[in-house]
Amino acid sequence: MAEIPILDIKHVGKTYTLGDTRIEALRDANLTVKKGEFVCLIGASGCGKSTLLRIVAGFEQPTTGDALMWDKPIQGPAPDRGMVFQDYGLFPWLTVRENIGFGPKSRGRPKSEVAETVERFVNLIGLTRFADAHPHQLSGGMKQRVAIARVLANDAEVVLMDEPFGALDAMTRERLQDELLELWQRTGLTVLFVTHSIEEAIFLADRVVVMEPGPGRIASEHRIELPRPRDVSSPEFNEVRRELGARLHSHHAKKAA
Amino acid sequence: MAEALIATAPAAVPTRSAGRRLAKRLGPIALSLVVPLLLLLGWHLAVKAGMTRLIPSPADVAEYMVDFAVGGIWDDAFSATLHLHLLASASRVYGGFLLAAAVAVPLGLLIGRIDLVRQLLDPFLQLMRPIPVTAWLPLSMILFGLGPKSAFFLVFLGAFYPILLNTIFGVKNVEPRLFEAASMLGCRGNAQFFRVVLPAALPSIFTGLRLGLGLAWFVIVVGEMTGVPQGLGAVIMDGRTLSRTELVICGMIVIGIAGFVSDRVVVMLMNRALRWSPMHRG
Repeated sequence: MAEIPILDIKHVGKTYTLGDTRIEALRDANLTVKKGEFVCLIGASGCGKSTLLRIVAGFEQPTTGDALMWDKPIQGPAPDRGMVFQDYGLFPWLTVRENIGFGPKSRGRPKSEVAETVERFVNLIGLTRFADAHPHQLSGGMKQRVAIARVLANDAEVVLMDEPFGALDAMTRERLQDELLELWQRTGLTVLFVTHSIEEAIFLADRVVVMEPGPGRIASEHRIELPRPRDVSSPEFNEVRRELGARLHSHHAKKAA
Repeated sequence: MAEALIATAPAAVPTRSAGRRLAKRLGPIALSLVVPLLLLLGWHLAVKAGMTRLIPSPADVAEYMVDFAVGGIWDDAFSATLHLHLLASASRVYGGFLLAAAVAVPLGLLIGRIDLVRQLLDPFLQLMRPIPVTAWLPLSMILFGLGPKSAFFLVFLGAFYPILLNTIFGVKNVEPRLFEAASMLGCRGNAQFFRVVLPAALPSIFTGLRLGLGLAWFVIVVGEMTGVPQGLGAVIMDGRTLSRTELVICGMIVIGIAGFVSDRVVVMLMNRALRWSPMHRG
């Protein structure tokens, strides 16, 4: 008997209606993700990668097809699928501690357990000194650490990340990529990660899913076999980057023709 | 991760002499006094030059203010009565304001959040809104009689709309991202009302409270024209009837100061409650 995938996207399509115009954001997407896998979705804007992520998150309902988690239809957002937004989405009136404790508290965990969980994750992301700071006092990298921590503190099985490091400077981005990989390896999380950077996708993922626009759809999948930790300046890495880059650009060329 | 800590490390501040620090602190205060002092001087000179015989000089007003506050100079019906009038007005201002806040904030939250309530009440409230508070005066005298109740009602009416409209605005402008964040963390439906909507709308609610309290002091003079024996508005009306302009000016000054102090108190509370908002720091 085949192993049940944690995520199973079957013929998923999404069409938005804006007045009289219908926009097909996603057509017939098929994707399975196994528990513990790190999958990157990559593609130009309008390829439906964010739409697909939002369907898995439960923020959007697919127009056609089924989105399943552990073989059950996804119905609305829930703590088992935590989302990390590019613009952080932290609650500005709560401190770092309170932001991390928001989920466990919402789910009615006992106070002492919430406090314990919060301390653990504050330490994990190295923000002990800033535990009582409000989001506006933090740098972008610190905010994104808090956003990741609040999802993990809430026992998420799948972490959905929508270009989470897109707004950060290069140095901070690299450090957070390293930290994310370390967390992922330590916890056995499943990660679905949207990016438009080929390098980021190859550096992070077990598998890169290339999507293309007009209408948005999955074009191809690539397993990244490079051993970790990956060296972005190695010839092997560049070989994969060239291959994937050619793949992405050929899709564009086809569209332009 | 160490570099991230540098983000809020304080920048080196060059040490200054105590004198320059003091000058830096007093400078803005001195500047803010320039225009009022010039106006006072102009007023004094105009009275001295005999340009008007109906307006007393600043010195006369100051003398009368002392008498109005503590008595011992003129000893007439208004001597040493300031506290009574101030207390009467303040109780109506705060009473009407607090009642307005108690009704307008929950109502605004409901209108902003629940479509049915909005469809039920919004057209009616929008229709009533353009009617100025002063236009309500005769009707309020019929409904609540001659006296403090009528003043109370008018203050309530004056403070009600700014609080309501700003609360609705605050609720409608909660960043949609925050609802998504809350729901994926397991806070859904009605629980979001207290954990997301209310705190996110708080800056707008405070703006409404500030405007509402300002309008409450604004309206009190009108409210106290309805034949109440005490109150700063009554003092001003009496001063007018008796042609005692110094009394009118004293009443104006006290209302100005009371309104200013009220506003500072709200701003202090606001800065405390909104420490998290970069827009409200300081």
